[in-house]
Amino acid sequence: MLELSGLKKSFVEPNGATLPILDIPQFKVAAGEQAVIRGRSGCGKTTLLHVIAGITHPDAGSVTIDGVDVTRLPEAGRDRFRAEKIGYIFQTFNLLEGFSALENVLLGMAFTRGGADRGRACELLEQVGLGHRLDHRPAKLSVGEQQRVAVARALANRPRLLLADEPTANVDPGNQQQLVDLIREHCQSEEVALLLVTHEPTVAEQFSRVESLESFNQAVAS
Amino acid sequence: MSLWKIAWRSVQQRSLSSLLTGLSMALGVALVIMVLVVYGAVEQQFRQGGEGYHLIVGAKGGKLQLVLNTVYHLSQPIENIPYSYYKEFTEGKFAAFTEVVVPCCMGDSYLSGGQTYRVLGTTTDMFDRLVYGKNSDGSPRQYTFQAGRNFKSANFFEAVIGSVVAAKTGLGVGDSFQPAHGIVEEGDEAHEHQAFKIVGVLGPTGTPNDRAMFVNMEGFFLLEGHAKEAPPEESPAEKKDHDHDDHDHQAHDHPASDGTAEAHDHEGHDHPPAADKHDDHAHHAHAHHDHDHDHGHAHQPLPESQREVTALLVLLKNNLFSQGLFTRINEGQVAQAVFPVTEVETLLTKFVGPIQTVLLALTLLIIVVAGIGIMVSIYNSMSERAHEIAVMRALGAGRVTVLAVVLLESIIISLAGGLAGVVIGHGAIGLMSPYVLAETGVLLHVLSFQQQELVLVPGLVLLATFAGFLPALAAYRTDVARALIARP
Repeated sequence: MLELSGLKKSFVEPNGATLPILDIPQFKVAAGEQAVIRGRSGCGKTTLLHVIAGITHPDAGSVTIDGVDVTRLPEAGRDRFRAEKIGYIFQTFNLLEGFSALENVLLGMAFTRGGADRGRACELLEQVGLGHRLDHRPAKLSVGEQQRVAVARALANRPRLLLADEPTANVDPGNQQQLVDLIREHCQSEEVALLLVTHEPTVAEQFSRVESLESFNQAVAS
Repeated sequence: MSLWKIAWRSVQQRSLSSLLTGLSMALGVALVIMVLVVYGAVEQQFRQGGEGYHLIVGAKGGKLQLVLNTVYHLSQPIENIPYSYYKEFTEGKFAAFTEVVVPCCMGDSYLSGGQTYRVLGTTTDMFDRLVYGKNSDGSPRQYTFQAGRNFKSANFFEAVIGSVVAAKTGLGVGDSFQPAHGIVEEGDEAHEHQAFKIVGVLGPTGTPNDRAMFVNMEGFFLLEGHAKEAPPEESPAEKKDHDHDDHDHQAHDHPASDGTAEAHDHEGHDHPPAADKHDDHAHHAHAHHDHDHDHGHAHQPLPESQREVTALLVLLKNNLFSQGLFTRINEGQVAQAVFPVTEVETLLTKFVGPIQTVLLALTLLIIVVAGIGIMVSIYNSMSERAHEIAVMRALGAGRVTVLAVVLLESIIISLAGGLAGVVIGHGAIGLMSPYVLAETGVLLHVLSFQQQELVLVPGLVLLATFAGFLPALAAYRTDVARALIARP
């Protein structure tokens, strides 16, 4: 479902030196599979997700999702592909403050060919336990509720791949497990492949496949 | 969720900034609306004033001055033309071409509340047979009376006043007024004529006639200083009829009593037939004289040989005659003819138009400044919105999409401000309307939309697009990865 091949990405430091971030000869995630990537802070986890999502263009290599090499698509094509095939949960939720919970979920569908499906958005918010808070703005929601809205938004387009970047980092321990369960259950029921980045051992140990970024990223290993 | 809604949410999120920039746009647009509507009304009034007849005939001199003082009751009247020349239009060589000829005798005024109102001597045809402007269905507008009636030819000292004069002076049907000789201003020492009785108040016309007073020309001729010196050969006969040197005027019946020539009642000044030898009676006011006359007979009309008129409003039987008659009159030595419509057009083009252009330019500049305000406001918000834009991009919005959202935001603020400006502008026109009508006679309607207003909407969209382009470009260029990593 997801295949990274010969993927390389480096940044230029202020002093002009090149800093390799990613050097991944091969990495695969099967359809519907749920995998965790662990790694120390600054090892390139977020960059990896950005490259997979087509937000950041790699220096070399390919990112194939559902048989499509994302790196070969023009920028507009990558945007459209991301909107329709990839769900993204951010560490800081990134809900838009001016929009209600329902509108934030609808926003996740606004950039696809099908457009926003209000019924689907309401259904998802019901499923994450926020059916009674559809019109609440993020500022009126608790942190746990905000992250649940973010989960609903990421799943709104029925993506083939869900990327979750430290989704429990800003959630209190009481809500962490609930959130992980929510993500996993939805991915399982909708047959969405999950690639979750975390540095929380308690989260990682729940998954059958846990990869350390250092184990397949030669840029970090070296 | 449409892009409009996304843009609208962004406008709402920055409500104070959006409100202030929208308000500045509203004020700019309101000013443009007011300039357009006021100019439109003034232009219409100017045009209406010159409609209803084909030619104005007056003494040779400035064409514009002839139109200004005949149609708009402005400036000083130019010299007079002989009464015999007027007769050429009613009975003489030009009569075959004319439908209606209305003489206008000018040079008197009435001062009230610091405001000078022109007093014109004319005939009943002015209101009975001339029309002014056009109704919306194209039919000519007839003069109407909001109170009373037109004066009667036989009643020499009857008068009709314009609607603004009635409103401002408080004069009405049954009241009398004494015109002053010359165009007097506040502080001038004025010589007041005998009184005329008001028998009618014109309905509002939206023309300068709203600010004028019209008296029976026969009475006007009889006022002091309005008769020219009698020709030598006629003097004895005229003097026999009209010499009042031996009369005591204290006992004389006055027009103020009932407005008829048979019943005058004035308080001591010599009578017009005595020919006060004021050749240019239109140009000055007389010093007041104490007169002690007494006579009890009815007034006789002033002999034609002693009459003069200032201008003629000529309605031709057929417009085809206008150019020929125009040429014949102007080739003669006695008078000049002008096409009022042409002169009004010249006036509008040369004088009023440029003023409007300057005002419009200034107000449009305000709109442009408001547009720049919108640009600055949105642009300044872009740094704090970079994260928001990056999130939208991460959710699949393309560069063009976020660019469009920012442009739509600019358009929403501009259009909302613009529409508010249209409402404010017309509302202000409505509030000003009674005052402007009372002061100037210009009728402003709340809903008097001008065609140019239709340009406002596409114009504002265009301006908003320009104003929003710079911040939209910033949105377009947002580094998504970097903005996502940065804390919101």
